[in-house]
Amino acid sequence: MTKDSPMNPYLAGFLLGLVLLLTIFITGRGLGASGATKNVVVAAVNAVAPHHAAASPFYSKLLPPGHEAPLKGWLVFEVLGVLIGAFVSGLSADRLKLVTERGPRVSVGGRLLFAAAGGALFGAGAQLARGCTSGAALSGMAVLSVAGFVTMMAIFGSGFLFAWFTRTLWLGAKAGR
Amino acid sequence: MGPFVPDLISDQLNLVVALAIGFLFGYVLEQAGFSSSRRLVGVFYGYDLTVLRVFFTGAVTAAVGVLLLAAGGLLDLTAIFVNPTWLTPAIVGGAIMGLGFLLGGFCPGTSVCAVAIGKVDAMAFVGGSFLGVFGYAELFPRFAAFADSTSLGPAKVTTALGVSQGVFVLLLAGAAVLAFTVGGLVEKKVAPETAPSRHFPVRKHVAAAAVLLAVAAFAAVLPNRNARLIAKVNAPGYVPHHVVKAMTPDELAFRILDRDPHLRVVDLRAETARKARPLPGTIAVPAADVLGKEWRNTFSERMVRKVLVAETEAEARTAAFLLVETGFENVAYLEGGYPEFERTVLSPAAPEGEGRFAPVVERFREQARVGLAERVRLERAAGTAAPKKVKKVQGGC
Repeated sequence: MTKDSPMNPYLAGFLLGLVLLLTIFITGRGLGASGATKNVVVAAVNAVAPHHAAASPFYSKLLPPGHEAPLKGWLVFEVLGVLIGAFVSGLSADRLKLVTERGPRVSVGGRLLFAAAGGALFGAGAQLARGCTSGAALSGMAVLSVAGFVTMMAIFGSGFLFAWFTRTLWLGAKAGR
Repeated sequence: MGPFVPDLISDQLNLVVALAIGFLFGYVLEQAGFSSSRRLVGVFYGYDLTVLRVFFTGAVTAAVGVLLLAAGGLLDLTAIFVNPTWLTPAIVGGAIMGLGFLLGGFCPGTSVCAVAIGKVDAMAFVGGSFLGVFGYAELFPRFAAFADSTSLGPAKVTTALGVSQGVFVLLLAGAAVLAFTVGGLVEKKVAPETAPSRHFPVRKHVAAAAVLLAVAAFAAVLPNRNARLIAKVNAPGYVPHHVVKAMTPDELAFRILDRDPHLRVVDLRAETARKARPLPGTIAVPAADVLGKEWRNTFSERMVRKVLVAETEAEARTAAFLLVETGFENVAYLEGGYPEFERTVLSPAAPEGEGRFAPVVERFREQARVGLAERVRLERAAGTAAPKKVKKVQGGC
């Protein structure tokens, strides 16, 4: 296997499905990612400005009295596990390298700026939709929830809609990669 | 029977489980190549459909697996978390995430994987996502009403579309195979030199698709374990494994008043009926849910006789047979259903019995009427008559 050849995608998808199934079987809930971001933000705001957090309807809902610290959330630990698992995988495949991956027509600074903007949109959108690609779409589809299918179609539908406008970020001057 | 949270696995241990599951999740995502933004967005331009393949295969695998586990009686579907739907917010939020995907090149889960192997653009994405959540939280009061609009609760697509879970999952698997086939053709057309699918052995993939569809079809026609049991106990000539005894209204009244420690009265009646005509010292269990996981401990006390009370004797007997069929012992049902109990024990105008014990029975019933009413009054005053709250798994992002 060379550096850039990942696992067969169907095999990877099958394994991903088994991990999700195991999660549902053991814990009764699905996987997630964006929830950990939320917990970290809530914990940070609560540490810096507890009065502000208590007054806000968003933070206070996640900080009920007698509640466990938001950093002790299930998803925070799960995402820590993701970091370790991905690191081990990258190590085993010799993919560990500090690098900015970008399209051929974008500068490094531009790429980082757009990545941050994309992250901000994803973070905000996931709050509104109550979950991201993992927590709402993938895990939701596995338990056949309406939210799972609607969120999945909205993410990918909007992606295909906007793809034309963002093509300079990813494609070369010629079509194809 | 799964899930093991919160009964078998405590909240603390669950965090260790979270770490282990996260490890597997991160490992698989990174192995799939999801730490590369250019590969991820390839799905939107058609030059690399890895995302479509991994994501769709994962969802179908898990959906089929959930169905198989439930059919085998290994997973209690009523106890697992189904993420609730807020329809319009889900669509708008999903659309915002779609734009974020194209600008940023990641989704939250994949960005964490990419950070782990040193992608600087992923670090910018994660930094941005903190700002995004912070901005959302700060501006939240302005659109709180919108965020909570069009709530459908934990709605399921199968209910919304009116199809069975098995049929839906089979259709989903079929849609996946179709999407993979068409997607592969598109990918080879857009990027003939670099498309991952140019290396796929066609025969193996056709075989894998056939296996997937066969398993999904099997899951679709597999009868649900509970449905199978209900059909079995209702079949003519059914003989239960263990003894299922009928209990007369008088014996039930006596043992309730006696506070018999070896008796557990299980009230299967609907909540309205329970409230209007209460029985003291009972546990309320919805009739449709007697095989539910949360009642397991109640029914598995072998030295305690579990007496099922329902509106009709047939209903209580069927529930008793179901319990016996799943291995519980010492189960009984109330003879004649609750109306018979009311007619004989509770009504002052009960018909006179025959024989020399009739006056004794009459006297007992008179005492029972007073005693039971007093017990109901005490329970109401103490607030213990409220039905037990069902423990449910919490989840979601």
